[in-house]
Amino acid sequence: MSRARAVNLLLFAMLPVTALVALALDEPFIITLATKAAILALAGVGLNIALGLGGLVSLGHAAFFGLGGYAMGILAHHAQTFTPLMEAPFLIEGTKSMPVIWLTAAIIGAIAALLIGALSLRTSGVYFIMITLAFGQMLYYFAISWPAYGGEDGLSIYVRNGFPGLNTLDPIQFFAIVFTLLAVVLFLAGRLAAAPFGLALAAARQNPERVETVGLSPYRLRLLAFVISGAITALAGTLFADLNRFVSPTMLSWHMSGEIMIFVILGGVGRLYGPVAGAALFILLEHILGGLSDFWHVYLGLLLLLVVLFARGGMIGALAGREVAHD
Amino acid sequence: MTEPLLQIEGLHKSFGALKATDDVSLMLVPGEIHALIGPNGAGKSTLIKQIAGGLAPDAGTIRFAGEDITALPTPARARAGLGRTFQISSLAMEYTVLQNAVLGAVGQRGSVWRFFKPVMGDTELRATAMAALERVGLADHATTRTAELSHGQRRLLEVAVALTLKPRAFLMDEPMAGLGASGSKRLTGFLDGLRREAPILLVEHDMDAVFALADRISVLVYGKVIATGTGDEIRANPQVREAYLGEEDAA
Amino acid sequence: MSTLLLIEQVLNGLQFGVMLFLMAAGLTLIFGVMGLINLAHGSLYMVGAFAAAAVAGATGSFLLALIASLAAAAAAGAIIELVVIRRLYDRDHLDQVLATFALILIFSEGTRWIFGSFPLFLDIPAALAGPVTLPGGIQYPAYRLLIIGIGLVIALGLFQLIARTRIGIQIRAGESDREMIAALGVDISRLYTIVFALGAALAGLAGALVGALQSVQVGMGEPVLILAFVVIVIGGIGSIKGALVGALLVGMTDTLGKVLLPGLFGAFMEPAAATAVGSSLASMAIYILMAAVLLFRPTGLYGSA
Repeated sequence: MSRARAVNLLLFAMLPVTALVALALDEPFIITLATKAAILALAGVGLNIALGLGGLVSLGHAAFFGLGGYAMGILAHHAQTFTPLMEAPFLIEGTKSMPVIWLTAAIIGAIAALLIGALSLRTSGVYFIMITLAFGQMLYYFAISWPAYGGEDGLSIYVRNGFPGLNTLDPIQFFAIVFTLLAVVLFLAGRLAAAPFGLALAAARQNPERVETVGLSPYRLRLLAFVISGAITALAGTLFADLNRFVSPTMLSWHMSGEIMIFVILGGVGRLYGPVAGAALFILLEHILGGLSDFWHVYLGLLLLLVVLFARGGMIGALAGREVAHD
Repeated sequence: MTEPLLQIEGLHKSFGALKATDDVSLMLVPGEIHALIGPNGAGKSTLIKQIAGGLAPDAGTIRFAGEDITALPTPARARAGLGRTFQISSLAMEYTVLQNAVLGAVGQRGSVWRFFKPVMGDTELRATAMAALERVGLADHATTRTAELSHGQRRLLEVAVALTLKPRAFLMDEPMAGLGASGSKRLTGFLDGLRREAPILLVEHDMDAVFALADRISVLVYGKVIATGTGDEIRANPQVREAYLGEEDAA
Repeated sequence: MSTLLLIEQVLNGLQFGVMLFLMAAGLTLIFGVMGLINLAHGSLYMVGAFAAAAVAGATGSFLLALIASLAAAAAAGAIIELVVIRRLYDRDHLDQVLATFALILIFSEGTRWIFGSFPLFLDIPAALAGPVTLPGGIQYPAYRLLIIGIGLVIALGLFQLIARTRIGIQIRAGESDREMIAALGVDISRLYTIVFALGAALAGLAGALVGALQSVQVGMGEPVLILAFVVIVIGGIGSIKGALVGALLVGMTDTLGKVLLPGLFGAFMEPAAATAVGSSLASMAIYILMAAVLLFRPTGLYGSA
């Protein structure tokens, strides 16, 4: 077993081990922290498909994260107030069922990514960064100024949504749901990276001209990557909202986009398990530094600065060494 | 005469006052190597870019295999069967040599939309890629990172990737550059046989290779084709002699 | 809506646009010359505002406050350029985004640490606090008029600086060919520090000027930063002229959209719904403008490919 593989396995096992130890010690708060880390990791895995594999520096992923959150908030809000979401042209009712909410969120995330991506991917480089940031901000301001779903105050959901056969109010069971989803998405993302699509997408990051010359369109490859990425991040957003039983425009703010990007970078960009390491580290830092000082973001900023300037492989890079070319 | 596979008519391209391509017409027929030569700055690469895509001409048409491809984007032209190699190597540098060749095979297959089947485990793609690497003599370097190849080897890899595309015509922009004498001789021999698979429009500075290989030669000077003909015709052409040697026009 | 009110709103749009120009000009110069995307530009805006509020609080002089905002932002800009930013010029955009995002975290939380979480207030000087009467009988706040004036003077000055002065020639040369002007003996790293500090000073001044209209608080620079990005996307990266046109377009669209759109929807909807739809749409108007520009000119109005 290679060192990189061992590190990955360790990272993967870290979250459930933490949760189980916390269960044994009767520390539900720690389980909740592990759940939060798994959800943020999922958002990072989503971003990493665009960022790590496709080289698309999106500063607007909070848009998808927040849309996922609002998909859950709005559906659950209508279910808990027993009002239909819409009546004409056909009836749509709210729901408290997680699988239905997940599917809705992923589809909405995908559609939003398709629209934003179709426009933003006409450009590249700094334009792309600024445009994704701007579209994310557009949704943020829209959520603040649209009064129907709480506006600036957000939406509270009284009871966590349900999953058939499980008690989602029990922290460890909710963790199990979240972690299973993370594992499935990690597996699929790994397959995606190794598939012809992944080969072509990563080639388009290195040299778009080369990809065109073999008859493939970098634009389409990137757009699809962006759509998949948006759908996964939206899925993470619903889970995050479900964890907090609350959704507000904060989930759409560009700080959120920056934080998701930080998970990817702290872990190691382009590494499948990078976001898992990064999100766990982030939660750990938030907990430890946040306990020491109210101004822990100063330390986070310094750490990020040091990683960017001096340790570009991130945490996994430091642990597993430089990535070797496959095959 | 055989029906031309690639036919360029009345192509114009200007950058400001500079006429980079000035009413260029030329054709490529099956089975031939058509060399395009000319002094530096004559507009050879600009012309290749317009044929391969990526640079739109101001006027003129490009027909390939009976279709007007003038307005098509680069990927569509590649899928139509134009296999291009670059003057300055354009490869995925983080990838291994084999991965670059497999990328070509993936493009040739056209179905990049298989999401969950490992590409490097696909025996058919690997076989296509390895066969192409063997033909250019890079099989031993299959697992080398592309960034670690010499400039000459990168040229060969470009040719190999073009081979995986099974194109109907090749556009090669200085494939001999950086190869050295023996490498260049070897590639000359290879291209000599390749013309039977698909004709080659060859831009080349290595005149030994050009005169050894080309069925026809076109000379480009200041964006204009001043002469087209066999090697002997071109050698004897007074305008060509003037352009290259500065000799006075005999007439 | 009365014509007077409309003219007042047009002036407000102009004032907003001029402020955005001060932000966007620095950003676009920094991008054009150094190829750097600087998210921390909003922090420099905030630094300017806090410096002005602190100096105004201590001395009572608004003029000194403005000078302090310029000096503090320029100094902060020069320091981060020397310590962090210059390590980023030959890095990719991702590294630039992350490092400057890290700077935002440090600046924002650092400022909160020093000044606390409560907003500070910077008072408009008494002489400018009242309205002036414009031709046509329009009453308009003198201070806002001053902002428009300062903005336009600076825009003019920047055009002159770029077109006429030695440093302007170096800036233009640096945009097209970095190696060449280095080979000609221009001290590139000094030029970069100067350009960065200049951009920072403009942002700081904007922060101070706007700080007197709103409150001075942590995070105040970020919404403006993102609007400045929209301005640059519309105007085209690296173009000062594009920044000016883009800033005025964005300023007008945003201001007039917020005033006109609810009324427009009120014409055919019930008032409550019209306010909701109108104001939500107004909040998105500039982004829709940006999307429209992108559809037709992906490199912006004055950008080169």
